[in-house]
Amino acid sequence: MKTKTHFAFFDEGSKKEIRRATLKAVAIPGYQVPFASREMPIARGWGTGGLQLTLSLIGKNDVLKVIDQGADESVNAVSIKKLVQHTTGVPLTESTTDATIIQSRHRIPELPLKSDQILVLQVPNPEPLRKVDAREYMTKRMHAEDDYSGAWLILFEQIMRYGKMTTGAAHPVYVNGRYVMAPSPIPRFDNPKMHQSEALILLGAGREKKIYAVPPYTNVESLGFEDYPFTVESFEGEQCHLCGATEVFLDELIDPDSCERTYQCNDTSHCIERLNSKEAEEVEKSYA
Amino acid sequence: MGYVAVKGGTKAIEASIERLKYERLKGEEVLEIKTILATMRSLVDQVMSEASLYAPFLAALAIKQAGGSMEEAVFLMRAHRSTLPRHYYSLPVDTESMFVERRVSASFKDIPGGQLLGATNDYTHRLLDFELIEENTDANHQWLRDYEAKLAANMAQEQEIQYFPKVVDYLRAEGLFDYYPEDNDPPKDVTKESIQFPTTRSERLQVLTRGQTGAVTALGYASLRGYGQVHPTIGEVRVGNVPIHVQHPYENNNDEENAFYIGEIKITEVESFVPVHVKKDNKEELEFEIGYGISYGQNETKAIAMSILDQCLENPHGEFPTHDEEFVLLHIDSVEATGFISHLKLPHYVTFQSKLDSIRQVKKGAETGEN
Repeated sequence: MKTKTHFAFFDEGSKKEIRRATLKAVAIPGYQVPFASREMPIARGWGTGGLQLTLSLIGKNDVLKVIDQGADESVNAVSIKKLVQHTTGVPLTESTTDATIIQSRHRIPELPLKSDQILVLQVPNPEPLRKVDAREYMTKRMHAEDDYSGAWLILFEQIMRYGKMTTGAAHPVYVNGRYVMAPSPIPRFDNPKMHQSEALILLGAGREKKIYAVPPYTNVESLGFEDYPFTVESFEGEQCHLCGATEVFLDELIDPDSCERTYQCNDTSHCIERLNSKEAEEVEKSYA
Repeated sequence: MGYVAVKGGTKAIEASIERLKYERLKGEEVLEIKTILATMRSLVDQVMSEASLYAPFLAALAIKQAGGSMEEAVFLMRAHRSTLPRHYYSLPVDTESMFVERRVSASFKDIPGGQLLGATNDYTHRLLDFELIEENTDANHQWLRDYEAKLAANMAQEQEIQYFPKVVDYLRAEGLFDYYPEDNDPPKDVTKESIQFPTTRSERLQVLTRGQTGAVTALGYASLRGYGQVHPTIGEVRVGNVPIHVQHPYENNNDEENAFYIGEIKITEVESFVPVHVKKDNKEELEFEIGYGISYGQNETKAIAMSILDQCLENPHGEFPTHDEEFVLLHIDSVEATGFISHLKLPHYVTFQSKLDSIRQVKKGAETGEN
């Protein structure tokens, strides 16, 4: 009773169904397309939406990169990579440049993506209006009627209460001037990277059974007010203690011994590449 | 400062999986699939029901692999299920053709065909049976032979296979139930198309029957206890095997005589009678409606709870979450609920850092009197 799994786990019928939903998502930027999310060998809530997108897209010539919260070596990223490679045999990479498909949880890589790359984001809560109304039936209607007063009101109330917008990750965005979209919870720092992105960005929510997309060169605008504009996380005056990078998203680390606070690149492969090129430069100099 | 967050994930996972294997093997006992199949009937039934895959052997394998974890076994089965091509839909099953093992009604003392207790825990005293610690296969064997002899003696008197009429038919004859035309429209398959609200009844019944036993029971109980408007009387619970037929895929011959028998499955079916108000010619009348519950295997509590929730969702009621289809249907699935709860174990430091930044900005604003 032993069975072998199909290329990329799914039967071709399932892949087609997911690709059809994906095409619809690309055609209506920011609109959440329902799809018959399959049960995957990894748990719901652990990236099954992204995984289904990746498996439906991947071909033998692809090169895959998977990151979780910025790290290639994070346990869940490793687990997802293992599953895809086990069922497809495609080469894996940690380099952002080399990858054709990048599946990511909650980060967009620091290096700008190119038009021959696809970014797949894992989404836990695809509905930006869920806090406005718990019922899917109602939020779907609000999207259809272009009624985003609830989304604005949440931000307005934050300003009234705290004097600032206090969104963390998943600050809502307008896509192509029409649909308000939850950007998967990426940090606010990454929101501007979606705007006019050269690469296709696909977002998959497995448990909530939704696929949506930001096609290349699409306007993506974070919600904000004229007098209280949208702002990204500030790492002013800080830099990566390893590679010295500024203008990147940093992890805050507490040294267990000295209890001192230091900062380090969140995008691990970006950091390593910077370190390597620095080292290469130094070696060249000293050799000369 | 040698600390680099989340490095070495590959090695860590390998070590963890190895350790998991060690934990399963270290007792140096091997549990045979056939032992699970023979002795863990209820567990197998529950796994098949929540996985919505009728395959006792695979369910037993899943239980073994999962080390007895219910949610894990269901998860394994679901993941396997989604790799299987689905070629046919079976023809509608008429449960009157059930080979009944057990059938009770709470509505009538005497029902046509009679009450049949069958195998049930209901009347056992829940005292730990310490004799089972030292079970003797020879004694078991002897007991079996005696029981079978007794059975054979009874069988000699009753030759005919008995089919049991539905209790509800008795009430229909009295005009207490409406006759509805049979709705044999192909159901909307919730595994092929995600449910959209408002749902059809076929979608609701599918989601309820594959719901987590505990979740379905809890919500049914909540409704019964007060957070709902449905208090049913069980018209009938029946457990037994029903035959499954499929049509020839190419020959367009819709004659039921030509359908193929592909096997039988054991199910639990519940019809609950729920009194409802109806207006007829401007007069208030009290009528009965049926809450329907069905489940793979013998899962009576779940099937009864399902029959309550079926009626709840047929009659939406703003005040009670048990009557809200989104509340019930989107939260009772084992794989979805356990998956999302357990995902909280994943690192969240990017999202946390982002929130931390917001809070610090607010604090800074307050200190400098910016507001």
